[in-house]
Amino acid sequence: MTTVHERVDTFHDNDQKPVGYGRMLRKEDPRFVRGRGRFVDDVRLPGMLHLAILRSPVAHARILSIDTSAAEASPGVKAVVTGAMLAEQGLAWMPTLSNDVQAVLATDKVRFQGQEVAFVVAEDKYAARDALELIDVEYDVLDPVVDARRALEPGAPVIRDDLDGKTDNHCFDWETGDEAATAAVFARADVVVSQDLVYPRVHPAPMETCGALADFDPVDGKLRLWSTTQAPHAHRTLYALVAGIPEHKIQVISPDIGGGFGNKVPIYPGYVCAIVASIVTGKPVKWMEDRFENLISTGFARDYIMRGEIAATRDGRILAIRTNVLADHGAFNGTAAPVKYPAGFFGVFTGSYDIEAAYCKMTAVFTNKAPGGVAYACSFRITEAVYLVERIVDCLADELGMDPAELRLKNFIRPEQFPYTTKTGWVYDSGDYEPTMRLAMEMAGYADLRREQQEKRARGELMGIGVAFFTEAVGAGPRKNMDILGLGMADGCELRVHPTGKAVVRLSVQSQGQGHETTFAQIVAEEIGIPPDDIDVVHGDTDNTPFGLGTYGSRSTPVSGAAAALVARKVRDKAKIIASGMLEVSVADLEWDKGSFRVKGDPGRSVTIQDIAMRAHGAGDLPEGVEGGLEAQICYNPSNLTYPHGAYICVVDIDPGTAQVKVRRFIAVDDCGTRINPMIIEGQVHGGLADGVGMALMEMIAFDEDGNCLGASLMDYLIPTALEVPDWETGFTVTPSPHHPIGAKGVGESATVGSPPAIVNAVVDALEPFGVRHADMPLTPSRVWDAMRGNARPPI
Amino acid sequence: MQVTMTVNDVEVTREIEGRLLLVHFLRDVLGLTGTHAGCDTSNCGTCVVWLDGEPVKSCTVLAAMAGGHQVRTVEGLAKGAELDPVQQGFIQCHGLQCGFCTPGMMMTARALLNRNPDPTEAEIREAISGQICRCTGYATIVRSVRWAAVHEANAAAAVTETIESREAGEIDNAGRPAGSVV
Repeated sequence: MTTVHERVDTFHDNDQKPVGYGRMLRKEDPRFVRGRGRFVDDVRLPGMLHLAILRSPVAHARILSIDTSAAEASPGVKAVVTGAMLAEQGLAWMPTLSNDVQAVLATDKVRFQGQEVAFVVAEDKYAARDALELIDVEYDVLDPVVDARRALEPGAPVIRDDLDGKTDNHCFDWETGDEAATAAVFARADVVVSQDLVYPRVHPAPMETCGALADFDPVDGKLRLWSTTQAPHAHRTLYALVAGIPEHKIQVISPDIGGGFGNKVPIYPGYVCAIVASIVTGKPVKWMEDRFENLISTGFARDYIMRGEIAATRDGRILAIRTNVLADHGAFNGTAAPVKYPAGFFGVFTGSYDIEAAYCKMTAVFTNKAPGGVAYACSFRITEAVYLVERIVDCLADELGMDPAELRLKNFIRPEQFPYTTKTGWVYDSGDYEPTMRLAMEMAGYADLRREQQEKRARGELMGIGVAFFTEAVGAGPRKNMDILGLGMADGCELRVHPTGKAVVRLSVQSQGQGHETTFAQIVAEEIGIPPDDIDVVHGDTDNTPFGLGTYGSRSTPVSGAAAALVARKVRDKAKIIASGMLEVSVADLEWDKGSFRVKGDPGRSVTIQDIAMRAHGAGDLPEGVEGGLEAQICYNPSNLTYPHGAYICVVDIDPGTAQVKVRRFIAVDDCGTRINPMIIEGQVHGGLADGVGMALMEMIAFDEDGNCLGASLMDYLIPTALEVPDWETGFTVTPSPHHPIGAKGVGESATVGSPPAIVNAVVDALEPFGVRHADMPLTPSRVWDAMRGNARPPI
Repeated sequence: MQVTMTVNDVEVTREIEGRLLLVHFLRDVLGLTGTHAGCDTSNCGTCVVWLDGEPVKSCTVLAAMAGGHQVRTVEGLAKGAELDPVQQGFIQCHGLQCGFCTPGMMMTARALLNRNPDPTEAEIREAISGQICRCTGYATIVRSVRWAAVHEANAAAAVTETIESREAGEIDNAGRPAGSVV
């Protein structure tokens, strides 16, 4: 049963919006359904060679020797490169997006299983893989640090002895909020509830793995790099810094990307290896990792071990939230986050509630695992923040014997309190939470569900209802305090209207399936009256697009979407002056009418944007001071993030005989302000909800005590198929962002953020007859089985 | 070794290594890059093509094994400029986002509809359960396949109606009302 509470907002029959927002079919689809997408591995160049990477079989070991002679003699092999060889060029280490360094190829020792040790370049990919088998590496195996809880114990093996004077596995400390004020509130609260929570290590696992094709031209000294990157401009700058190639001689091309989900934000050693290989061989070199390599070595997500505490009055007024977090960052700090935010935006852990005090203390550690942390639609750690607050609020509801939906309604920040400054300093832009919650409850038939649950409980059946309400923080961000490696998090946009009134808009962000080629045409169309089909959207080519920081953190609409609207307004302003010349009236006498300027009080006299475009490029004089052409460029620096919100309700049934959890229904009501394309938003939400089912019930990158990764294939790393997810029920409310030019907030990650706590809350609710008060993800049958028998345990 | 097979109705003969996987033969040797490779354990199904009309994961078939057989890929799904109803359904119902799983999903969906022209939602979910999509959460894929089924049923009904009308003498062979003058 599908209950889509969507406004019928069909594209071509909305009188109010004849050209812009609405349910427009995607411009991307025709090529994809014909198999004519162009992904990195589809690109072939004459003389292209193939690169394969040898990886460490162990988690922690000194490299004693590497013998590459047999590999070099293998048929078709052009080069074999080790870390020692890279070190001679100063390329063995590279900076990460967190101002740490990461080994491109291991030189002194390996620090996680699957780490890059050497690479082979050969005439075809089969020959390259053959040669990997012939490289002989001698390791002196060291004790690994696997459990983050033991990373700081005295005597723990020191992972990062590459860093001068490093004698422990401490990565960083971070805190936010007011510790003393929070302690004071806790001391006088009627009720205090504490709960340990683990958000296990998971992986974004995009269907297309990471890869690159590097083509260095020794004649003009230019490097062309096709790569799976969500941030092509930021990558170009980093390559310039690492490789010493001037930035104008580097062209990064991000073609069609087969899903990113944050996995394709960092720079991986494989990209650098491909660049080095192309420079060394003088040929184009392609590197395409396989699934095993993707899961074992590229950016993981989560891995936060949290203690949540909540203080409240006996009648359910939430007073304060406090948390202590141990963050496992793996062997190198490769977290992609704004420099001043080592814990991302975890500071929004106070959620949607108006409370008196909050405090968080975090310690991050190195372990012998792959680097990462920020990925998989986390919006810079908001997945973890929302999971913490929404679980701990449910724990409080359980303690107070209150309905979890009622407890939330009682504590929401009220609409008149916006813009609302949280106790950790975040300024929420807008929100009207209660209607969103009420709509979700109405769609779910919440009261009926609770009655059904009572009846089922009486019969011994296990049914659970989980509620989660989240406030997201997306659209990083204001350049005064947000940058990645010194690059401010603003985004450019360029709009050029051709003489015949068709247009091209160039973005600094990079779609990986989110439909930018469609929705950015809609934004520009809405502003300038040119139909979206007449607007081509270009992205992903650093030679041909304005600078910007790329797509992640649901930042495209908040930042680049704002830029697109404003650049279109800039062009429209110029068009108005040209129109005034054409109509021989003053600018003040003109008014905009969806695609044309007309003379006020004389609507018969008008010129269309297409007429104006031809005039701008054509013969005849233009008004004084107006240059020819019709184009503009802009760099948008957001004044704040956008804070979309949502109310999610999940219904689960658990088979008491097998402990299998089935998600029967999932109701998701999202509010992302102005909606550009409801069809695309719905698709974004669906995908994120499936992520939630995966994380809550199935997915985990686990390790054994020797540091062996136990989740490095799709045999073990379980991702939902069509059989594990229900048909989704989506709805929406609209609370625009007051500071955004079109009132739109980001939304892409909302469902991934909001759904895991709803599902876990539902499972814990279902297990109430067993006295279960918490169970950690992933809630696989064996773990639920154990929880039902009083053996709920942390996953790591 | 030499292998000869028919791919999208065209006979191809190539010299290959015996170990070459069909997915790489299609992509790297023939340049048919619509078929993708998303895993190395035969789980994801982004490489699904037809072997003699049956969907197979081409990462789990040697090119040599396809010798003498008929292979059809996503590039052979449309009839010239006319999209297959499954392709049209994926566009109409937003059954794709990044587009990486799409070719395999559509090949499976087309094979399902060939066997079962009116599948239920549960039957569609079962049919695509050997394939992973990371973007859509599957609901719109199910709707896309249903769209194709309904569209084809309506088209078939229209054809039946036309034949019946023609047999009844109401229209001529060109579909014009009988006796009309051009």
